Amino acid sequence: MLLILIFLIHESWPALSTIPITRFLADTSWHPLEGAYNLMPMLSGTLLASMGALLLAVPLGLASAIFIVFYAPPYPAAIYKRLIELLSGIPSVVFGFWGLMTLVPLINQWHPPGASLLAGIGVLTLMILPTVTLTAYTALAAVPKEWLRNAAALGLSHWGIIKGVALPAAKTGIAAGIILAAARALGETMAVLMVAGNVVQYPETLFDPVRTLAANIALEAAYAMGDHRAVLFVSGLLLMLLVMVLSGMAGLLEKRHHA
Amino acid sequence: MSMSNHKKILLICVTFIVFGISGLACAYAASERLVLTGSSTVAPLVGEIARRFETKNPAVRIDVQTGGTSRGINDTRNGTADIGMVSRALKPDETDLHAFTIALDGISIILHANNRVAALKKQQIVDIYTGKITNWKSVGGADARITVVNKAEGRSTLELFLHHLELKNSQIKPHTIIGDNPQGIKTVAGNPDAIGYVSIGAAEYEAERGVPIKLLSLDGVDATIANVRKGTFPLSRPLNLITSREPQGLARRFIEFSRSLQIHDLVEVQYFVPVNTVD
Repeated sequence: MLLILIFLIHESWPALSTIPITRFLADTSWHPLEGAYNLMPMLSGTLLASMGALLLAVPLGLASAIFIVFYAPPYPAAIYKRLIELLSGIPSVVFGFWGLMTLVPLINQWHPPGASLLAGIGVLTLMILPTVTLTAYTALAAVPKEWLRNAAALGLSHWGIIKGVALPAAKTGIAAGIILAAARALGETMAVLMVAGNVVQYPETLFDPVRTLAANIALEAAYAMGDHRAVLFVSGLLLMLLVMVLSGMAGLLEKRHHA
Repeated sequence: MSMSNHKKILLICVTFIVFGISGLACAYAASERLVLTGSSTVAPLVGEIARRFETKNPAVRIDVQTGGTSRGINDTRNGTADIGMVSRALKPDETDLHAFTIALDGISIILHANNRVAALKKQQIVDIYTGKITNWKSVGGADARITVVNKAEGRSTLELFLHHLELKNSQIKPHTIIGDNPQGIKTVAGNPDAIGYVSIGAAEYEAERGVPIKLLSLDGVDATIANVRKGTFPLSRPLNLITSREPQGLARRFIEFSRSLQIHDLVEVQYFVPVNTVD
């Protein structure tokens, strides 16, 4: 991990030392061959796509986990859980291909051009849903059974037990799962690359195309040279810092939980 | 006791290293290797040529990697690749390299097969790509918003396209940006209101296999392989193999093979145009 960080800094140094930081924030756009290096539209694209996906995946995943643990009879619950596990094993290219062939034309009929922030959020949601569901499931299943029985003995309703006892007890585990999912969403490349349109801009609506930092590296890295190459490493560095902040937050949560 | 243990371990390590090196040496002697990197337009053709070359020369291994024309030039200059694949003529600042044309290719504007528009003038294409025309109605099509598909920065197809339209990439207002030819064809095939541009070879190949795209004529010339061969199609380019110095040995044999009559069928299968070699 440290080695990767050192490598990233080393490779992006030619750009960091010659191009002032402000150019990454204030240039007109991203046209590295014409000397414009603004990373902010892509940063906003990355964050918006990830947050949108979390907004959809967290309620859905949490609901699924609660369903498996508290409501579903054992047999359907096992099948449902197996399905979610299967979903987590599908390669991201497959999601991207499905998105390109199904989701993008669908959105296009509704509001062109189809390849958009919304399509990116769609595939990302599917990809992080299993992470949220499975970690929430594990956290909820780990709540001691006697707590639940005690709560039932106190006359709490089924939903009252879930809301008042199980969810607060599993809070840290669920939060850690959400952070993990966020990190995955930030770094996801192929699926987003195929459906999000990859235009460098601040999206004004959900139907505008965006480019994420990871997609930018995948699109341009293979044939970038010199300064172009170095600024791509800068965007990699930025992405890495984002994920490090997230994992730092997860670590902090863990500490608070044990303290 | 512990001393002898250490010795044993040392002995085992040394044995492994010696065997490893001799193994490598054997593999090296048994096969000559050639690495080619570069344009995703040229790579499928060179891959087929390489396979045929390998069947004729069983001791040779040829490794073909894509990554765009710039990578081909980069890798050839710094020696990572023996031969680079470049899908355009060399620029004036690239005279340090030697180029060998193996085929010709054209770039075609592609639309979805259901689009009513049959031809566009150069100025109309410029207006569509710069965002002055945003609805197909303005150029004789249905009432629908145009989805402009552009290529990612660095691709030679983009360079050639911009050069022909006399535009800079920052002037283009795209809705979707794509990487390689197949992604471009899939994007246009999946969107009835999209306009994109890809290599004629790839587009004609996919269109004949029933993919719903059509190739648009340019300046009154149909986008066909035949017109590229005649040299009348305005947006055409040579596909080159490049080397950093005068090719020797295996590289030279491979380049000569790639320009010979023996592979013209492979060139035509990929919808490129063979160059006329005299020998």
